Amino acid sequence: MSIQTPLNKVRGLGSAQEGVGHFWHQRVTAVALVPLVLWFLVSLYHHIGDPYQEVVEWLGKPTTAIPLLFLILAGFYHMKLGMQVVVEDYVQKDSSKIILLLLNNLVAIGLGVVCVYAVLKLSFGV
Amino acid sequence: MSESNQKATRPLSPHLQIYRWPVTMITSITHRATGVGNYIGTFFLAWWLLAAAMGQKAYETFQAVAGSPIGLIVLFGYTWSLIYHLCNGVRHLTWDVGAGFKNATAETTGAFVIIISLALTLFVWVVGVAGMGGGQ
Ligand code: HEM
Repeated sequence: MSIQTPLNKVRGLGSAQEGVGHFWHQRVTAVALVPLVLWFLVSLYHHIGDPYQEVVEWLGKPTTAIPLLFLILAGFYHMKLGMQVVVEDYVQKDSSKIILLLLNNLVAIGLGVVCVYAVLKLSFGV
Repeated sequence: MSESNQKATRPLSPHLQIYRWPVTMITSITHRATGVGNYIGTFFLAWWLLAAAMGQKAYETFQAVAGSPIGLIVLFGYTWSLIYHLCNGVRHLTWDVGAGFKNATAETTGAFVIIISLALTLFVWVVGVAGMGGGQ
């Protein structure tokens, strides 16, 4: 028998008003990604085999660059959230789990920054 | 009563090899696998964008790798992974609003997702890539 109150026992062990936050963000980004990925695949399809100059022109146009930036932002958040669940499901050891979760953030943010940089450079030149 | 003796004579837990693989199980596992596939494919996407931004020489290096046999296989897999995850993602989202949850419906939509994702991927590659000359 413990003299701890039930509340005290569960403190720090779980949800504090953000229980569905991760789930919800995964859905919201998924909904955003449906039109964005569709648009991207169809546009890409029309540019298969284009020479360098045309690819650069296409990517730098506002009508490409702006949806592409949306795709990058939604995509990188979604993939970060998704991979987090996969790691939490399969990796038991705390030390490995923490390292992989940190690595996941690093990959998602890192690749996201690289992509945003590339799209901005293609848009503004130099 | 001797419950402990029963343990030896009955199966202790179901094995993966014993289960018939229902369509819903295949599509569920594949959704996770393609999620991870898209994650890996994103490295390719980032390289492509960065190469385009850095100039013709960097882009030609990317093209050489993308157009190599291994590059083409990876790109083919990435295409299917994106299309499958997109189709099945929509299926997930319909579940999230409470629709399509009956066993028979889930089996039908699952089979549909598998077939349509393969068909679309083949279309992109046969009509798109092969038709326009070489996946450059
Ligand atoms: C095309 C639009 C997309 C839609 C509609 C979509 C939808 C979804 C949904 C609904 C889930 C949750 C599945 C579940 O609860 O079991 C999910 C998981 C996931 N998604 Fe996406 N997604 C899309 C694109 C992407 C992209 C582009 C990536 C990666 C770059 C990605 C990576 C993942 C990962 C890693 C998971 C976790 C898999 C799991 O937990 O089993 N998704 N996606």
